[in-house]
Amino acid sequence: MRTVIFRTVAPYLTALMVLFSIFVLLRGHNEPGGGFIGGLIAASALAIFGIACGVASVRRAIVFHPMSIAGFGLLLGAVSALPSLFKKQPFMTSQWLEFKFFDVNVALSTPLFFDIGVYLVVVGAISSIALALEERESD
Amino acid sequence: MTQVAIDTTLLAILAPFLAAAIAPILTRYLKHNAAWLLALVPAWIFWHFTGFIAPVSEGQSFIAARSWAPIYRVDFSFYIDGLATVFALLISGIGTFIILYAGGYMKGHAQQGRFFSFLFLFMGAMLGLVLGNNLFTLFIFWELTSITSFLLIGFNHLKAKSRRAAIQALVVTGGGGLILLAGFVMIISVTGEVSMSELLKSPDVIRNSGYFVPIFFLILGGAFTKSAQFPFHFWLPNAMEAPTPVSAFLHSATMVKAGVYLLMRMHPMLGGTDLWMTVLPVFGGATLLVGTILAVRQTDLKLMLAYTTVASLGLLVMLIGTSYERALEGAVLYLIAHSLFKGALFMVAGTIDHEAGTRDVTKLGGLRGAMPLTFLFACLAALSMSGLPPFIGFIAKEVLYYGTSGAPSAAALLTVTAVVGNALMLVIAAAVALKPFLGPKVETPKAAHEGPVMLWAGAAFLSITGLVLAFTTHWTGAQLIGPMLSSLTGTPTEVELHLVPPYFIGNVALMLSIATVALGVVLFWQLDRLRALIAGILVGPLMNWGPDKGFDQVIAAIVSFAAAATRFLQNGKMQTYMALTFVVTAIAVLLPGYLSNGWPAVPKMPHYHFYEWGIFLIAIMGLGAVLIAKTRLTAIVSLGIQGFAVAIIFMLFGAPDLAFTQLMVETLSVVILALVMTRLKLTPRDHRSGAAALVTGVIAVAVGLGLALTIIAITQQPFDRTLSDFFTEYSRSIAHGRNIVNVILVDFRGIDTLGEIAVVTLAGLCVLALIRVRTPRPKDADPAPLKNEEAA
Repeated sequence: MRTVIFRTVAPYLTALMVLFSIFVLLRGHNEPGGGFIGGLIAASALAIFGIACGVASVRRAIVFHPMSIAGFGLLLGAVSALPSLFKKQPFMTSQWLEFKFFDVNVALSTPLFFDIGVYLVVVGAISSIALALEERESD
Repeated sequence: MTQVAIDTTLLAILAPFLAAAIAPILTRYLKHNAAWLLALVPAWIFWHFTGFIAPVSEGQSFIAARSWAPIYRVDFSFYIDGLATVFALLISGIGTFIILYAGGYMKGHAQQGRFFSFLFLFMGAMLGLVLGNNLFTLFIFWELTSITSFLLIGFNHLKAKSRRAAIQALVVTGGGGLILLAGFVMIISVTGEVSMSELLKSPDVIRNSGYFVPIFFLILGGAFTKSAQFPFHFWLPNAMEAPTPVSAFLHSATMVKAGVYLLMRMHPMLGGTDLWMTVLPVFGGATLLVGTILAVRQTDLKLMLAYTTVASLGLLVMLIGTSYERALEGAVLYLIAHSLFKGALFMVAGTIDHEAGTRDVTKLGGLRGAMPLTFLFACLAALSMSGLPPFIGFIAKEVLYYGTSGAPSAAALLTVTAVVGNALMLVIAAAVALKPFLGPKVETPKAAHEGPVMLWAGAAFLSITGLVLAFTTHWTGAQLIGPMLSSLTGTPTEVELHLVPPYFIGNVALMLSIATVALGVVLFWQLDRLRALIAGILVGPLMNWGPDKGFDQVIAAIVSFAAAATRFLQNGKMQTYMALTFVVTAIAVLLPGYLSNGWPAVPKMPHYHFYEWGIFLIAIMGLGAVLIAKTRLTAIVSLGIQGFAVAIIFMLFGAPDLAFTQLMVETLSVVILALVMTRLKLTPRDHRSGAAALVTGVIAVAVGLGLALTIIAITQQPFDRTLSDFFTEYSRSIAHGRNIVNVILVDFRGIDTLGEIAVVTLAGLCVLALIRVRTPRPKDADPAPLKNEEAA
C-alpha cells in the first residue's frame, strides 16, 4: 500500500478531508451534515494517513491520544448542556447567541458545541480503534 | 435570606467539582503549596453556610433548585434546614483542614494533584448528598460518594490490599445504594412525592401505608451498609488502606455518617414505630459492642480508631433507634463531637506515622519531647472522645445518658451497653493519645520531629473547636443542636445545654459518667491483659470465619459462576456465535408473521428510472462478487460495493444525511474489517465444505428475507405523521435549524445523543483494551508510539 504516489498525496488528501469534515460539521444545522458525519470523515482521513505514512506519524500529527480527544468531546457535549441551568431553564435547553461580526451574521449556540463534542467523540473513538489495529500491522 | 444567597448554594455545591478540575494543574506549578489556595474553596463554602445558621435557628428552611428533566420530575434541588446546615458545615469545615493536611501528608507524591482532585470530588458529592432534596439528586450524590470513596481507598493502586479494600467498599456501599434506590422508588410510588421537603410535610403517609415494612428495610439496607453497621462493618477497617487524609475525612468524619444522616432525615417519616425502635437499637448496640471490643484488640493506631468509628456509628444508630427526644439530642451532639475529635485523632495518627515511620502503638513511645504540639492536640481530642469535661464530648455523653436511662423501653439494657461502649472508647482514646507520647523514648524507623504547620493545623482546629463549642453552650444549643434536632423530631425543639451539670445530687447521667470513667481507667491500666484476653476469646472457629471472609467467598462464588456460564455459552468459535445470533434474528423476524399469518401483501412495483435500475444492479453485482470472491479480502471490498450502492439509493430518494453517513460508515467498516482480517492471520481463502456453506447460506437468506418482509409490512401500515409534523413545524422556529435530522440529533433528542456518545467512548475504550490484551506488545517494538500513548 505504501507506494510513493500514495505517500506523497496522502498528507494533502488528509488535510483536505479534515478541512472538509469541519465544513460539514459547521454547516450541519441547516444543510446536510453535522458532527457525526463530520467525525466519520475526519476518522477516514486519519485512517488514510495512517495507512500511507504509518501510525507513528498520525499519533504525532494529532498530538493527543485519540481516546483523550474522545473523552474531551464527551466532556464538551456534557458541559454544553449546562448553560441553560443558569437561566433557570431545564437541563439542555438550547441557548443562542446571535451577533454581527464584520457584517456577517454569526449564530453561536449550545447545540453547536454539543455537535462539536459529537464530532470529537466519533473521531477519537474510531481513530483509536483503527490506529490500534493498524499498529500491529506495521510492527 | 435573599434569593441570591440561597441560589449561591448551588454554586457552593458545584465549587468542589470545579476545584477538582483545576487541582492537578495548580499542583503541577505550586507543588504541595497548592493546598493553601485550594483550601480556600471549602473555606468559602463553610463561610457560605454559616450564613444559614441564624435563619435556620429561627425555624426557616430553604430550597435552592434548578429544573433538570421536568417531565420526569428529576430536579437539581437542595433543601437547607437544621440537619443539612450542620452537616454542610462539618463537611466544608473539616474539608478545609483535610485539604491542608493532604498538602503536607502527600508532599512530594507524584500523584498529589490527582489526590486533591479525588478529595474535592468526594467533598462535592457529600455536600450534594446531605443537601439533596429531590430523591433522584440525593441518590446520585449518594452513589457518587461510594465511587469517590472507591477511588480514594484504592489510591495506592499498586498494592493488592488497597485494591481489595477499594472493591470491597464499593461493592458493599454501592450495593447498599441500589437497595436504597429501590426504597426511594417505593416511597415515590406510595406517596407520589419526589422531594424530601414535600415528604416531610406529611410524614405519616409512609408509616400508615401498607408498604411501610419493605420501605423501612430498603432504606435500612442503604443506611446500614454506608454507616458500617454490623454485619456490614467489615469494609470500614479495611478502608484504612487509604492515605490518612482519606481516613480522617471520609471514613470517620463524613461519608460513613451518610447512613446516620439518612436515618435522621427519615426519622420523622419512619421513626417512632415498633419496627424502628426494635431493629435500630439491636443492630446499633451490637455494632457498638463489636466495634469497641475489636478496637481493643488492635495495635495499629489507624485500625484502633477505625473500629471505634464503627462503634460510634453503632452508638448513633442505637440512640436514633430509641425515637426518644433526649436520646436524639444526644445523638446529634455526639455526631458533631465525634466528627471533631475523630477527625483530629486520625490526623494525629497520620502525623505520627508520617514523622516516626510507624503507627504500631507497641513500637511507639516517648514522642512528647519531639512532637509537643501534636501531643497537645491529641490530648485535647482524646479528652473529648473520653467524654471528660470541659469538652463537647462530655456534654454529648451526659445528654445521651439522660436519653438512654429515660428511654421508653429497654432503658437498662441500652444504658449498660452505652456505658460499656463508652468505657472501652475511653481506653482507646487514652491508648491513642498517651501511649505513643509518654513513657521511655522508643527507637522509631524515622527520627521523629514535629510536623509542619499543614500537618497539625487540622488537629489543632478540630480539637480546639471541640473545646470552644463546649464553652459557648448556650449558642451551640440554640443555633446548632436545636435546629438540627428539630429536623429529626419534625417539630420545633428548643435545646438548653449545660457544661456544668445543673444539679449533682441524684443526677443519673453524672453517676453513669463517673462509672464510665472509673471502668475505663481500670481497663486502660490493664490494657495489655485485656488485649490478650480478647485475643484469647476470639481465637478459634469464630474468628476464622467472619463477614470479611464471607465477602471473599461470595465474590469467588460469583466469579466461578460467571466462568462456568461463560464456558457453557461461549466455546470460543466465532462461527458458532455468528450462526446463533443470526438464527435467533431470523426466528425473531419470521416467527410473528408465521404465527399470525400476517404476511404483507406483495407491493406494487413502482416505476423506476433507468439509472435507479443501474444502481440496484451494481448492488446485486457487489453481492455476487462477495459470493464468488476467491480471497477474504476481495470479499470484504466487494461487500463495500453493495454498501456504496445503498448510499446512492438513499441519495436518490432524498435522504442526503443518511446517504452521507452510509458512505462514511461503509468506507470505515471496509478499512477496519480489512485491518482486523489481516490481524487474525487467517488463511486467505475460505476452506469450508459445500454443506457448511449451504447451511450458512440458508441462514443468511432467512435473515434477509425476514428483514425485507418486516420492512414491507411496516411500510404498508398507515403512516403516523404526528412526529414528522412536529419536527417540520418547530425545527426552524424553536431550534433555529433547517436540517431536521441534525436538529433532532443535537437538540430535540439531545439527551439520547449524549447517551450515545458516552456509549461510543466506552466502546472505544473497551475495544482498545481488548486489542491490547490479545497482543502483548513485543519488547523490541518501536518505542515511540508507546511513549506517546502513555503520555496521553
